[in-house]
Amino acid sequence: MARRVAIVGTGQTYHKSHRPDVTSREMIKEAVSSALADAELTIRDIDAIVIGNMDHFESINYVDTYSVEGSGGVMKPIMKVTTGGTTGATVAIAAYYHVSSGFFDRVLAIGFEKNSESDTTGAIITCSDPVWDRFSYSGAIPSLATEATAYMEKYGATQEDAALIAERDRGHAMNNPYAHLRRPLTVADIMASPMLAYPIKLGDICPRSDGACAIVLAADGIAQKITGKPAWFKAAAVRHTYTWFGDSTDYNKGLVSMQRASKDAYAQAGITKPVDEIDVAELYLPYTWAGLKWIEDIGFCGPGEASKFVGDGHTHMGGKLPINPSGGVISTNCIGATALLRVAEAAIQVMGKGDTRQVPDVRNAIATGFGGCFWSDIVILSSERP
Amino acid sequence: MSTQNRQGELMQLTFAYPMPYEWSIGLYGSRFFQEIKEKRRFIGIKCNGCGMVYVPPRRVCGPCFKELSELVPLSDTGVITAFSVVNYPFIDPNTGLQRPIPYTYGYIRLDGADNIFSHIINETDLGRIHVGMKVRAVFKEPDRMQGNIQDIKYFDIIS
Ligand SMILES: [Zn+2]
Repeated sequence: MARRVAIVGTGQTYHKSHRPDVTSREMIKEAVSSALADAELTIRDIDAIVIGNMDHFESINYVDTYSVEGSGGVMKPIMKVTTGGTTGATVAIAAYYHVSSGFFDRVLAIGFEKNSESDTTGAIITCSDPVWDRFSYSGAIPSLATEATAYMEKYGATQEDAALIAERDRGHAMNNPYAHLRRPLTVADIMASPMLAYPIKLGDICPRSDGACAIVLAADGIAQKITGKPAWFKAAAVRHTYTWFGDSTDYNKGLVSMQRASKDAYAQAGITKPVDEIDVAELYLPYTWAGLKWIEDIGFCGPGEASKFVGDGHTHMGGKLPINPSGGVISTNCIGATALLRVAEAAIQVMGKGDTRQVPDVRNAIATGFGGCFWSDIVILSSERP
Repeated sequence: MSTQNRQGELMQLTFAYPMPYEWSIGLYGSRFFQEIKEKRRFIGIKCNGCGMVYVPPRRVCGPCFKELSELVPLSDTGVITAFSVVNYPFIDPNTGLQRPIPYTYGYIRLDGADNIFSHIINETDLGRIHVGMKVRAVFKEPDRMQGNIQDIKYFDIIS
């Protein structure tokens, strides 16, 4: 039987477009120190570390050893896990497995990125297959845009429907002191912003951020001694597909990886009615249409119903199921940290440490990671020890 | 080369040189490009486990984890399943230069195939391109072909 595991501390940097004042290892140190302080632990208490970022974004190999003094991992068991956009969630899940297995009691999970150090679109293009996809592949924005055109064609959703997602998330970011973009954006602003790749406009897409995030996980019996309110893992699911775009994408079926991962996660957590049983969601929504289509794939509403579900205010703060109290990816995107921020923010909500962005009385929180060619990770955290 | 900001207090180092690589295309991938050069059409490969016809052809069906061997001739036509007109400038890692914009990046279901194929569609006017339109591949002249994905110049909308 696997051991129960909880998140007992989180830390993150104040995210910005450019941090020329630090190297990435120094930036990692900021997040790790803040997570340790949150858990009232020192680096000596940490038994093992899992770390990741976007492969080759900063053109640094072996980031586990490159960053070893920043992570606190000198002469400790440390492993690098990188899975593209999902990296942060995969890192959290790998750390969960580390503790759950019984091999380690207290483990740090770290994600980071300095997007300012490379051309993000150029770097993302090198993730695609060099023989088949790299010639025409155009980075994340047009790739997501294709999904949006297919979704609009199928369900008649409008560009305004999508823009409401960014208006919501950017509004929520006003409550988060760590968010990168803290300036409200309205549907009208988004509609008037420059068209990057039809139908995605500047206001529909996430920024490029420099930042890092770290969380501390602890085993059952130890977690309760560290904090009175640990965020217990109830479920963790990973569904990764191809890096080959033509194989990973089926516009008729939707985001299949998220459908499968959420089905698995709900079964692990014993959740049958997600909207009624989940209190808050931190979803990796890198562009606005994701806030429509993917909440259908995760089962918050039926196919084609997302525009109405969001339009009715159910996912705003104060709604039935608030999405992204942190401001989400639309407000902050330090890619290797982005999915870990979702997990950390979900933990913050469960632990009741959200301050101005806190949703009241959170029992269950869900976090997602999204990566590369439409693959998904899901974590469900709870205030109840499972 | 180093650059400085904040009045020279904080410095950054720039790297901007090419690094060469050589990637194997594989047996069936090579056959795909040879078929284009010789017959100006596509070939796919069929999985005997699930019946999927994949293009480009490859040795393994991922979901079934089975070896594939049944090459299937396809035509040069297909249907647009999704597209985007790309309008923002970026450095193309294939060339080290800015990729010329605007252009249309699209996914095409080639007739007879079950998965989809990504390439360039020769139409950037949003009033004249829709999901579901029929397209035909336009190939380079055989003597200019190099055995790579650019042997297909782009796809033209035909209806
Ligand atoms: Zn098969």
